[in-house]
Amino acid sequence: MAALSSPLRTCRGILKELRYLKGPEYRGTMMYTYVMEQFRKNQVTSARHCRAQREALHTSHTYLCLVESTRHHLELHNQYHGKGGRPLEEVAHLVGLRLPTQPGGKGWEK
Amino acid sequence: MLQGLWRFQRQLSGALLPFAARSLALETFSPSAHVHRANYGSAAEERRKFYQDVSISQGEGGLFEINLDRKKLKTPGGKLFTVPNEALAIAVATEWDVQKDTLKFYTMHLTTLCNTALDNPTQRSKDQMISAALKFLETDTICYRVEDPPRLVELQKNEWDPVMDWIEKRYNVVIGSSTSIMGPQIPEETKETFHQHLKSYNFWSLTGLEYVISQLKSLILSFGVIDRHLTVDHAVLLSRLEEEFQIQHWGNVEWAHDYDMYELRARTAAGALFVHLSSESSTVKRKLLQD
Repeated sequence: MAALSSPLRTCRGILKELRYLKGPEYRGTMMYTYVMEQFRKNQVTSARHCRAQREALHTSHTYLCLVESTRHHLELHNQYHGKGGRPLEEVAHLVGLRLPTQPGGKGWEK
Repeated sequence: MLQGLWRFQRQLSGALLPFAARSLALETFSPSAHVHRANYGSAAEERRKFYQDVSISQGEGGLFEINLDRKKLKTPGGKLFTVPNEALAIAVATEWDVQKDTLKFYTMHLTTLCNTALDNPTQRSKDQMISAALKFLETDTICYRVEDPPRLVELQKNEWDPVMDWIEKRYNVVIGSSTSIMGPQIPEETKETFHQHLKSYNFWSLTGLEYVISQLKSLILSFGVIDRHLTVDHAVLLSRLEEEFQIQHWGNVEWAHDYDMYELRARTAAGALFVHLSSESSTVKRKLLQD
Protein backbone atom coordinates (compact mmCIF):
# COMPACT_ATOMS: atom_id res chain seq x y z
CA MET A 1 0.00 0.00 0.00
CA ALA A 2 0.97 3.63 -0.22
CA ALA A 3 3.35 4.38 2.61
CA LEU A 4 1.82 6.06 5.62
CA SER A 5 3.64 9.14 6.76
CA SER A 6 5.36 8.92 10.14
CA PRO A 7 3.29 9.12 13.33
CA LEU A 8 5.00 12.35 14.32
CA ARG A 9 4.11 14.05 11.07
CA THR A 10 0.52 12.86 11.22
CA CYS A 11 0.19 13.99 14.83
CA ARG A 12 1.65 17.39 14.01
CA GLY A 13 -0.64 17.64 10.99
CA ILE A 14 -3.74 17.05 13.10
CA LEU A 15 -2.63 19.54 15.73
CA LYS A 16 -1.88 22.12 13.05
CA GLU A 17 -5.40 21.77 11.65
CA LEU A 18 -6.85 21.97 15.13
CA ARG A 19 -4.91 25.14 15.80
CA TYR A 20 -6.12 26.61 12.54
CA LEU A 21 -9.72 25.86 13.52
CA LYS A 22 -9.62 26.83 17.19
CA GLY A 23 -6.90 29.47 17.40
CA PRO A 24 -4.43 29.69 20.31
CA GLU A 25 -6.69 27.91 22.80
CA TYR A 26 -6.57 24.68 20.78
CA ARG A 27 -4.61 23.02 23.58
CA GLY A 28 -7.66 23.18 25.79
CA THR A 29 -9.87 21.15 23.46
CA MET A 30 -10.99 17.57 23.98
CA MET A 31 -9.51 16.59 20.64
CA TYR A 32 -6.05 17.86 21.65
CA THR A 33 -6.08 15.81 24.83
CA TYR A 34 -7.37 12.75 23.03
CA VAL A 35 -4.90 12.94 20.15
CA MET A 36 -1.92 13.45 22.45
CA GLU A 37 -3.02 10.58 24.67
CA GLN A 38 -3.49 8.23 21.72
CA PHE A 39 -0.16 9.05 20.14
CA ARG A 40 1.67 8.66 23.48
CA LYS A 41 -0.09 5.37 24.18
CA ASN A 42 0.81 3.89 20.81
CA GLN A 43 4.36 5.19 20.85
CA VAL A 44 5.91 2.69 23.24
CA THR A 45 6.28 -0.69 21.67
CA SER A 46 9.21 -2.85 20.80
CA ALA A 47 7.37 -4.82 18.14
CA ARG A 48 8.36 -3.65 14.70
CA HIS A 49 5.12 -4.69 13.08
CA CYS A 50 2.66 -3.96 15.80
CA ARG A 51 -0.79 -4.40 14.31
CA ALA A 52 -2.64 -2.21 16.77
CA GLN A 53 -0.12 0.56 16.27
CA ARG A 54 -0.42 0.39 12.50
CA GLU A 55 -4.20 0.46 12.76
CA ALA A 56 -4.07 3.48 15.00
CA LEU A 57 -1.73 5.22 12.57
CA HIS A 58 -4.05 4.50 9.66
CA THR A 59 -7.00 5.87 11.62
CA SER A 60 -5.12 9.02 12.57
CA HIS A 61 -4.08 9.40 8.96
CA THR A 62 -7.72 9.15 7.91
CA TYR A 63 -8.67 11.78 10.45
CA LEU A 64 -5.96 14.11 9.22
CA CYS A 65 -7.24 13.62 5.69
CA LEU A 66 -10.76 14.47 6.88
CA VAL A 67 -9.89 17.74 8.59
CA GLU A 68 -7.43 18.83 5.92
CA SER A 69 -9.80 18.12 3.04
CA THR A 70 -12.72 19.76 4.82
CA ARG A 71 -10.62 22.91 5.26
CA HIS A 72 -9.53 22.97 1.61
CA HIS A 73 -13.07 22.29 0.47
CA LEU A 74 -14.49 25.07 2.61
CA GLU A 75 -11.84 27.51 1.36
CA LEU A 76 -12.70 26.73 -2.26
CA HIS A 77 -16.39 26.83 -1.45
CA ASN A 78 -16.12 30.29 0.07
CA GLN A 79 -13.98 31.52 -2.78
CA TYR A 80 -16.05 30.24 -5.68
CA HIS A 81 -19.42 28.95 -4.60
CA GLY A 82 -20.23 30.61 -1.30
CA LYS A 83 -21.64 33.87 -2.60
CA GLY A 84 -24.93 32.47 -3.78
CA GLY A 85 -26.48 33.14 -7.18
CA ARG A 86 -25.63 36.24 -9.20
CA PRO A 87 -28.37 38.77 -9.76
CA LEU A 88 -30.23 38.54 -13.06
CA GLU A 89 -28.62 41.65 -14.55
CA GLU A 90 -25.15 40.31 -13.86
CA VAL A 91 -25.90 36.94 -15.45
CA ALA A 92 -27.25 38.65 -18.54
CA HIS A 93 -24.20 40.90 -18.63
CA LEU A 94 -21.89 37.86 -18.46
CA VAL A 95 -23.08 36.70 -21.88
CA GLY A 96 -23.17 40.22 -23.28
CA LEU A 97 -26.91 40.90 -22.96
CA ARG A 98 -28.84 43.67 -21.31
CA LEU A 99 -32.22 43.25 -19.68
CA PRO A 100 -35.08 45.20 -21.23
CA THR A 101 -35.98 48.22 -19.19
CA GLN A 102 -39.70 47.83 -19.72
CA PRO A 103 -41.84 44.68 -19.38
CA GLY A 104 -41.92 42.64 -22.55
CA GLY A 105 -39.02 44.58 -24.02
CA LYS A 106 -39.10 46.52 -27.25
CA GLY A 107 -42.45 46.62 -28.97
CA TRP A 108 -44.39 45.73 -25.81
CA GLU A 109 -47.00 48.39 -26.44
CA LYS A 110 -48.15 46.97 -29.79
CA MET B 1 -3.45 67.92 17.98
CA LEU B 2 -5.52 66.31 20.72
CA GLN B 3 -8.63 67.96 19.42
CA GLY B 4 -7.91 66.66 15.95
CA LEU B 5 -7.58 63.14 17.29
CA TRP B 6 -10.87 63.44 19.15
CA ARG B 7 -12.65 64.57 16.01
CA PHE B 8 -11.16 61.68 14.10
CA GLN B 9 -12.35 59.24 16.71
CA ARG B 10 -15.85 60.65 16.59
CA GLN B 11 -15.93 60.30 12.87
CA LEU B 12 -14.76 56.74 13.14
CA SER B 13 -17.34 55.73 15.73
CA GLY B 14 -20.00 57.50 13.69
CA ALA B 15 -19.01 55.47 10.69
CA LEU B 16 -19.00 52.24 12.64
CA LEU B 17 -22.30 52.72 14.38
CA PRO B 18 -24.64 51.97 11.48
CA PHE B 19 -22.97 48.60 11.03
CA ALA B 20 -23.20 47.74 14.69
CA ALA B 21 -26.83 48.77 14.80
CA ARG B 22 -27.61 46.74 11.73
CA SER B 23 -26.03 43.53 13.02
CA LEU B 24 -27.97 43.94 16.25
CA ALA B 25 -31.20 44.31 14.34
CA LEU B 26 -30.42 41.19 12.32
CA GLU B 27 -29.85 39.20 15.47
CA THR B 28 -33.20 40.11 16.96
CA PHE B 29 -35.02 39.08 13.82
CA SER B 30 -33.33 35.72 13.34
CA PRO B 31 -35.31 32.69 14.61
CA SER B 32 -34.73 31.57 18.17
CA ALA B 33 -32.40 28.77 19.18
CA HIS B 34 -34.94 26.01 19.71
CA VAL B 35 -36.02 26.20 16.08
CA HIS B 36 -32.45 25.40 15.05
CA ARG B 37 -32.39 22.23 17.07
CA ALA B 38 -35.80 21.04 16.03
CA ASN B 39 -35.19 21.37 12.33
CA TYR B 40 -31.84 21.27 10.59
CA GLY B 41 -33.21 22.21 7.18
CA SER B 42 -31.24 21.23 4.11
CA ALA B 43 -27.55 20.45 4.38
CA ALA B 44 -26.60 23.47 2.28
CA GLU B 45 -28.37 25.86 4.61
CA GLU B 46 -26.39 27.69 7.26
CA ARG B 47 -27.68 28.46 10.73
CA ARG B 48 -26.39 30.84 13.33
CA LYS B 49 -24.28 29.24 16.03
CA PHE B 50 -26.50 29.12 19.10
CA TYR B 51 -24.11 27.72 21.70
CA GLN B 52 -20.69 28.40 23.22
CA ASP B 53 -19.45 25.26 24.94
CA VAL B 54 -19.44 21.75 23.55
CA SER B 55 -18.88 18.80 25.85
CA ILE B 56 -19.54 15.08 25.92
CA SER B 57 -21.02 12.94 28.66
CA GLN B 58 -21.66 9.27 29.17
CA GLY B 59 -25.32 8.46 29.55
CA GLU B 60 -27.44 5.34 29.89
CA GLY B 61 -25.99 2.08 28.63
CA GLY B 62 -22.51 3.59 28.27
CA LEU B 63 -23.52 5.58 25.22
CA PHE B 64 -21.93 8.99 24.72
CA GLU B 65 -23.96 12.17 24.31
CA ILE B 66 -23.05 15.59 22.98
CA ASN B 67 -23.93 18.65 25.05
CA LEU B 68 -24.21 22.09 23.51
CA ASP B 69 -23.98 24.44 26.50
CA ARG B 70 -26.46 22.78 28.89
CA LYS B 71 -28.65 21.19 26.24
CA LYS B 72 -28.35 17.74 24.76
CA LEU B 73 -27.91 17.43 21.03
CA LYS B 74 -30.73 15.68 19.19
CA THR B 75 -30.99 14.19 15.73
CA PRO B 76 -33.15 15.83 13.04
CA GLY B 77 -35.66 13.03 13.73
CA GLY B 78 -35.93 14.16 17.34
CA LYS B 79 -34.02 11.28 18.95
CA LEU B 80 -31.32 11.82 21.53
CA PHE B 81 -27.96 11.97 19.75
CA THR B 82 -25.85 9.10 21.09
CA VAL B 83 -22.69 7.43 19.83
CA PRO B 84 -21.19 4.11 20.94
CA ASN B 85 -17.70 5.27 21.93
CA GLU B 86 -15.63 8.13 23.20
CA ALA B 87 -13.47 8.59 20.09
CA LEU B 88 -16.47 9.12 17.85
CA ALA B 89 -18.08 11.38 20.44
CA ILE B 90 -14.96 13.55 20.59
CA ALA B 91 -14.73 13.71 16.79
CA VAL B 92 -18.39 14.77 16.52
CA ALA B 93 -18.06 17.25 19.39
CA THR B 94 -15.03 18.77 17.65
CA GLU B 95 -17.08 19.25 14.49
CA TRP B 96 -19.60 21.29 16.50
CA ASP B 97 -16.90 23.05 18.48
CA VAL B 98 -14.97 24.37 15.47
CA GLN B 99 -17.98 25.98 13.79
CA LYS B 100 -17.53 29.73 13.65
CA ASP B 101 -20.50 32.14 13.40
CA THR B 102 -22.76 29.93 11.33
CA LEU B 103 -23.25 26.17 11.40
CA LYS B 104 -22.03 24.68 8.17
CA PHE B 105 -23.70 21.29 8.13
CA TYR B 106 -22.09 20.39 4.82
CA THR B 107 -18.71 20.29 6.56
CA MET B 108 -19.91 18.09 9.44
CA HIS B 109 -19.73 14.71 7.79
CA LEU B 110 -19.40 12.61 10.94
CA THR B 111 -22.43 14.27 12.53
CA THR B 112 -24.39 13.60 9.35
CA LEU B 113 -23.38 9.94 9.34
CA CYS B 114 -24.36 9.50 12.99
CA ASN B 115 -27.71 11.14 12.29
CA THR B 116 -28.28 8.76 9.40
CA ALA B 117 -27.41 5.74 11.52
CA LEU B 118 -29.58 6.91 14.43
CA ASP B 119 -32.63 8.04 12.50
CA ASN B 120 -32.36 5.59 9.60
CA PRO B 121 -34.51 7.98 7.55
CA THR B 122 -35.17 5.52 4.73
CA GLN B 123 -36.10 2.74 7.21
CA ARG B 124 -33.79 0.16 5.70
CA SER B 125 -32.85 -3.18 7.10
CA LYS B 126 -29.33 -4.62 7.22
CA ASP B 127 -30.13 -6.99 4.34
CA GLN B 128 -31.26 -4.13 2.12
CA MET B 129 -28.06 -2.24 2.88
CA ILE B 130 -25.91 -5.26 2.07
CA SER B 131 -27.59 -5.83 -1.28
CA ALA B 132 -27.30 -2.10 -2.06
CA ALA B 133 -23.56 -2.29 -1.31
CA LEU B 134 -23.14 -5.45 -3.39
CA LYS B 135 -24.88 -3.81 -6.34
CA PHE B 136 -21.81 -1.61 -6.70
CA LEU B 137 -19.62 -4.67 -7.29
CA GLU B 138 -21.35 -5.32 -10.62
CA THR B 139 -20.46 -1.84 -11.83
CA ASP B 140 -17.26 -1.37 -9.88
CA THR B 141 -15.11 1.51 -11.15
CA ILE B 142 -11.90 -0.48 -11.30
CA CYS B 143 -13.51 -3.36 -13.24
CA TYR B 144 -14.23 -1.16 -16.23
CA ARG B 145 -11.18 -0.59 -18.43
CA VAL B 146 -10.72 1.55 -21.52
CA GLU B 147 -9.18 0.41 -24.81
CA ASP B 148 -8.02 3.82 -25.90
CA PRO B 149 -5.91 6.00 -25.42
CA PRO B 150 -2.92 3.69 -24.79
CA ARG B 151 -1.48 5.84 -22.01
CA LEU B 152 -4.70 5.61 -20.01
CA VAL B 153 -4.90 1.87 -20.67
CA GLU B 154 -1.43 1.49 -19.20
CA LEU B 155 -2.21 3.80 -16.28
CA GLN B 156 -5.33 1.81 -15.36
CA LYS B 157 -3.39 -1.43 -15.60
CA ASN B 158 -0.52 -0.18 -13.45
CA GLU B 159 -2.66 1.48 -10.80
CA TRP B 160 -5.76 -0.70 -10.57
CA ASP B 161 -4.32 -4.18 -11.08
CA PRO B 162 -2.38 -4.26 -7.78
CA VAL B 163 -5.58 -3.43 -5.86
CA MET B 164 -7.48 -6.07 -7.82
CA ASP B 165 -4.79 -8.65 -7.03
CA TRP B 166 -4.88 -7.68 -3.39
CA ILE B 167 -8.64 -8.09 -2.98
CA GLU B 168 -8.73 -11.36 -4.91
CA LYS B 169 -6.07 -12.78 -2.60
CA ARG B 170 -7.43 -11.25 0.60
CA TYR B 171 -10.95 -12.63 0.14
CA ASN B 172 -9.99 -15.57 -2.04
CA VAL B 173 -12.39 -14.58 -4.83
CA VAL B 174 -12.40 -14.04 -8.58
CA ILE B 175 -13.54 -10.66 -9.90
CA GLY B 176 -11.68 -9.77 -13.08
CA SER B 177 -11.93 -6.73 -15.29
CA SER B 178 -13.42 -6.02 -18.69
CA THR B 179 -13.36 -3.50 -21.50
CA SER B 180 -16.93 -4.30 -22.52
CA ILE B 181 -19.83 -2.07 -21.52
CA MET B 182 -21.41 -5.10 -19.82
CA GLY B 183 -18.51 -5.35 -17.39
CA PRO B 184 -16.93 -8.57 -16.15
CA GLN B 185 -18.93 -11.70 -15.32
CA ILE B 186 -18.65 -11.89 -11.56
CA PRO B 187 -19.13 -15.44 -10.22
CA GLU B 188 -21.91 -16.10 -7.73
CA GLU B 189 -19.38 -17.44 -5.20
CA THR B 190 -17.66 -14.04 -5.13
CA LYS B 191 -20.92 -12.28 -4.33
CA GLU B 192 -21.70 -14.90 -1.69
CA THR B 193 -18.30 -14.39 -0.04
CA PHE B 194 -18.78 -10.62 0.17
CA HIS B 195 -22.37 -11.10 1.32
CA GLN B 196 -21.18 -13.26 4.22
CA HIS B 197 -18.41 -10.82 5.03
CA LEU B 198 -20.76 -7.84 5.03
CA LYS B 199 -23.11 -9.68 7.38
CA SER B 200 -20.43 -9.51 10.07
CA TYR B 201 -20.63 -5.68 10.09
CA ASN B 202 -22.91 -3.97 12.58
CA PHE B 203 -25.54 -1.47 11.46
CA TRP B 204 -23.36 1.58 12.08
CA SER B 205 -20.37 0.18 10.22
CA LEU B 206 -22.59 -0.76 7.30
CA THR B 207 -23.96 2.78 7.15
CA GLY B 208 -20.41 4.11 6.92
CA LEU B 209 -19.27 1.46 4.48
CA GLU B 210 -22.18 2.07 2.14
CA TYR B 211 -21.41 5.76 2.26
CA VAL B 212 -17.76 5.15 1.33
CA ILE B 213 -18.79 2.81 -1.50
CA SER B 214 -21.21 5.33 -2.94
CA GLN B 215 -18.52 8.03 -2.79
CA LEU B 216 -15.76 5.99 -4.43
CA LYS B 217 -18.22 4.19 -6.73
CA SER B 218 -16.27 1.06 -5.96
CA LEU B 219 -16.68 -1.78 -3.52
CA ILE B 220 -13.11 -2.92 -4.11
CA LEU B 221 -11.50 0.43 -3.32
CA SER B 222 -13.78 0.82 -0.30
CA PHE B 223 -12.64 -2.51 1.13
CA GLY B 224 -9.10 -1.37 0.43
CA VAL B 225 -9.62 1.61 2.71
CA ILE B 226 -11.64 -0.18 5.38
CA ASP B 227 -9.13 -3.06 5.57
CA ARG B 228 -6.40 -0.42 5.83
CA HIS B 229 -4.68 -1.55 2.67
CA LEU B 230 -5.09 1.88 1.04
CA THR B 231 -4.99 5.38 2.46
CA VAL B 232 -7.99 7.60 1.78
CA ASP B 233 -5.95 9.93 -0.46
CA HIS B 234 -4.77 7.01 -2.55
CA ALA B 235 -8.21 5.42 -2.87
CA VAL B 236 -9.68 8.74 -3.98
CA LEU B 237 -6.90 9.12 -6.53
CA LEU B 238 -7.62 5.63 -7.88
CA SER B 239 -11.34 6.34 -7.98
CA ARG B 240 -10.74 9.50 -10.02
CA LEU B 241 -7.99 8.00 -12.17
CA GLU B 242 -9.49 8.91 -15.52
CA GLU B 243 -10.27 12.44 -14.38
CA GLU B 244 -6.71 12.84 -13.11
CA PHE B 245 -5.47 11.63 -16.47
CA GLN B 246 -7.61 14.19 -18.28
CA ILE B 247 -6.42 16.92 -15.89
CA GLN B 248 -2.81 16.12 -16.74
CA HIS B 249 -3.70 16.50 -20.39
CA TRP B 250 -6.06 19.48 -20.35
CA GLY B 251 -5.15 21.28 -17.17
CA ASN B 252 -6.63 21.65 -13.74
CA VAL B 253 -9.63 23.84 -12.94
CA GLU B 254 -9.51 24.70 -9.26
CA TRP B 255 -13.17 25.50 -8.74
CA ALA B 256 -14.32 22.26 -10.32
CA HIS B 257 -11.61 19.58 -10.05
CA ASP B 258 -9.99 20.48 -6.74
CA TYR B 259 -13.36 21.35 -5.25
CA ASP B 260 -14.73 17.92 -6.13
CA MET B 261 -11.59 16.12 -5.04
CA TYR B 262 -11.44 17.68 -1.59
CA GLU B 263 -15.12 17.05 -1.05
CA LEU B 264 -14.71 13.44 -2.12
CA ARG B 265 -11.69 13.03 0.15
CA ALA B 266 -13.46 14.56 3.12
CA ARG B 267 -16.54 12.38 2.62
CA THR B 268 -14.54 9.22 2.08
CA ALA B 269 -12.35 9.91 5.12
CA ALA B 270 -15.42 10.56 7.25
CA GLY B 271 -17.04 7.33 6.10
CA ALA B 272 -13.90 5.28 6.69
CA LEU B 273 -13.35 6.82 10.11
CA PHE B 274 -16.97 6.16 10.94
CA VAL B 275 -16.58 2.47 10.09
CA HIS B 276 -13.35 2.15 12.06
CA LEU B 277 -14.66 3.96 15.10
CA SER B 278 -18.02 2.22 15.21
CA SER B 279 -16.45 -1.21 15.07
CA GLU B 280 -13.70 -0.27 17.51
CA SER B 281 -15.21 -1.06 20.92
CA SER B 282 -14.16 -4.72 20.69
CA THR B 283 -10.56 -3.79 19.79
CA VAL B 284 -10.22 -1.56 22.80
CA LYS B 285 -11.36 -4.28 25.15
CA ARG B 286 -8.84 -6.70 23.70
CA LYS B 287 -6.03 -4.24 24.23
CA LEU B 288 -7.02 -3.71 27.84
CA LEU B 289 -6.93 -7.46 28.45
CA GLN B 290 -3.46 -7.73 27.01
CA ASP B 291 -2.07 -5.08 29.37
